[in-house]
Amino acid sequence: MHLHKYEKIWLTFGLGSLALFLVIIGFAAFWKGTHPMSHIETIDPQNVEAHESFKPENLGLREVAQGKYTVNIVASAFNYDIGTDADGKPVKKIRVPKGSTVLFQITTKDVVHGFQVAGTNVNMMVEPGHVSRLETVMKNAGEFTVVCNEYCGIGHHQMFATVEVYE
Amino acid sequence: MLKNTLFSKKEARLYMAFMHVTFASLLIGGLMGLLQTLSRSGQFKLPFGINYYTILTVHGVILGLVLTTFFIVGFQFALMGKTVGISDKQRQWGWIAFWTMLIGTIIAAATILVGQANVLYTFYAPLRAHAAFYIGLALVIVGSWIAVFVNFRQLYVWKKANPGQKSPLLAFMVTINMAMWFIASLGVATSVLIQFIPWSLGYAATINVLLSRTLFWYFGHPLVYFWLLPAYMAWYAIIPKIIGGKLFSDSLARMSFILLLMFSIPVGFHHQLTEPGIDPTWKFIQVVLTFMVVIPTLMTAFSIFATFETTGRRKGHKGLFGWFKHLPWKDVRFLAPFIGMVAFIPGGAGGIVNASHQMNTLIHNTIWVTGHFHLTVATTVILTFFGIAYWLVPHLTGRRLTPKLNKLGIIQTIIWTVGMTIMSTSMHIQGLLGGPRRSDFSNYAGGEQVSTWISYQVAQAVGGTILFIGIILMIYIFIQLAFFAPRGVQEFPIAEEEVDADPTPKILENWYLWIGITIALILFAYTIPVIDIIKHSPPGSLPFDWPIGR
Ligand code: HEM
Ligand SMILES: [Cu+2]
Ligand SMILES: [Cu+2]
Repeated sequence: MHLHKYEKIWLTFGLGSLALFLVIIGFAAFWKGTHPMSHIETIDPQNVEAHESFKPENLGLREVAQGKYTVNIVASAFNYDIGTDADGKPVKKIRVPKGSTVLFQITTKDVVHGFQVAGTNVNMMVEPGHVSRLETVMKNAGEFTVVCNEYCGIGHHQMFATVEVYE
Repeated sequence: MLKNTLFSKKEARLYMAFMHVTFASLLIGGLMGLLQTLSRSGQFKLPFGINYYTILTVHGVILGLVLTTFFIVGFQFALMGKTVGISDKQRQWGWIAFWTMLIGTIIAAATILVGQANVLYTFYAPLRAHAAFYIGLALVIVGSWIAVFVNFRQLYVWKKANPGQKSPLLAFMVTINMAMWFIASLGVATSVLIQFIPWSLGYAATINVLLSRTLFWYFGHPLVYFWLLPAYMAWYAIIPKIIGGKLFSDSLARMSFILLLMFSIPVGFHHQLTEPGIDPTWKFIQVVLTFMVVIPTLMTAFSIFATFETTGRRKGHKGLFGWFKHLPWKDVRFLAPFIGMVAFIPGGAGGIVNASHQMNTLIHNTIWVTGHFHLTVATTVILTFFGIAYWLVPHLTGRRLTPKLNKLGIIQTIIWTVGMTIMSTSMHIQGLLGGPRRSDFSNYAGGEQVSTWISYQVAQAVGGTILFIGIILMIYIFIQLAFFAPRGVQEFPIAEEEVDADPTPKILENWYLWIGITIALILFAYTIPVIDIIKHSPPGSLPFDWPIGR
């Protein structure tokens, strides 16, 4: 097949950029380990309490080491269950100090949900039967809205929480 | 060689039937789009207790699945009729395809409208719509398969009658697109027939959610190529004629279609990058395969601009960009697709972000994605389809695109461009700020972030309103072209090869080879992950009716 000279230049340039680009994402993925969230761990969606992390008393924020936190959440239409506070009221806001490492662990009892801490790289699908996990360092202070970003029914836009990162 | 006379009445009627459904869908779907943007602005409440997600489901199904499929099948039938001909028997099967698709559409639409299918056009399990919804969708697909086999048969019959000759370029392209569509829709059809219908009827207690999503996206990505390839057909083989030039290269055009076939299907995981349950290495492999479409895309961009330049220079326009100035800007048959091509530059760039292994995390499921596909599908593809309709409809109805209608068309194109620029830009920005897609108006926690989102939602309403005006104008033009424009002959523009063009290598028409490679790539990209998904599957999911208000 005949290729025009300029077309060869154009394709060489394009393929070169493509190769460079793939090397960059490959480097980030396999050397730096920044894969998107993947966690091949299954769970019974009708009995999420059987899993240690999702027992009612283990939900919510806990400090596991100095500056290291875990947050366990059970999503269901149209709510994130982040445990209860001292007065037995449902928690709607998580507060962590700036610079802390936070591991989010979440699963769902019913349909598919999303979990995004808006404005950060914390963005996961939450699917029945699977545990979604993502660890991140909270580098910026501020109030971040957590939104359900996968359609989960007609109350989808009412499903949210807040993460506050304080100085 | 090509009969540039009109089609017979019987033949034209079949092709027009598809166009009528297309433009009726545009009106209904566009109205829903307008209501969505208004509702999301927070300034307006939907009347009569209509649910936001009902209209969003109508919008996605009618525009994303119905309008596109009807236009494409109709347009491709016309291309086949023009290039390889259609027999009476094939035409009758064409009608069967049409009615099957239409009945399916009506069943699905009725189910949505009575509120029994607020599941959006992706119908993710375990939300359960009424079984009629899935049955309706299945009929639309089955109808399109009938069209697939009619097209295959048309080419086959032509080949038999013209031994040793290379197939007409457009017929070749239609066949590639239909081969891709058929292979891809096997995924969603499997899911609907084996998983959804028995489960929604209660014959199966549970459903494997991850498997259904994987089968959906095995189809969902090639679906967007199914929309794009007819636009490419117009860019490669029709636009050159409209600007008074020749085909740039027959072999290159075929080669790029073959590459698009091979690299459109084994890539569905790039829609599932943030899902648990899929191994990251396989995600990465599909990301790499996704990027291979850069090659045919660059080839297409080169050919198109090369045609523009060669044509301009041949007409005697000098200087580095003299040829550019003298393109037929005042011809809507050129202008609308051209703006579509331009929109594909930011659209494609955004697509690279979406498909990137890590960058995806920032924008996944935000309204950025909606902004992206309103640039690619609702601008690039739709403006090209409009550009086609301006000559195809009068050609079919034996009328002419008058200078006045041409001018209205130019105004329509500009309105669409302005509206879409406003709407999609604000969607992109809001998405970068974290605003979710597929969401009715909400204050969420009422934080600072949310107030920044809402101002962009207001901008989307402005863009959406302008767009809706564009839709009304388009419908008006369509009705004129279909029923009222003066009688005459409107050209069916098909570009010819240069007289001294290199012969096209025979291997490009080796269907066994290309489809074989395609299947091999699919097996490579999907076999192990799918076995994994089935082997490591969690207990299945029961159906959920109440979250969608059933
Ligand atoms: C008047 C013109 C249009 C307007 C105002 C409009 C508006 C919108 C809006 C606001 C959304 C997002 C809603 C949300 O995420 O909550 C949306 C989604 C969508 N639009 Fe459009 N749109 C228009 C034209 C089109 C066209 C021409 C197509 C396709 C050919 C299209 C296909 C879609 C699809 C497939 C969705 C996704 C639905 C979903 O996420 O379930 N739109 N549109
Ligand atoms: Cu949700
Ligand atoms: Cu949701």
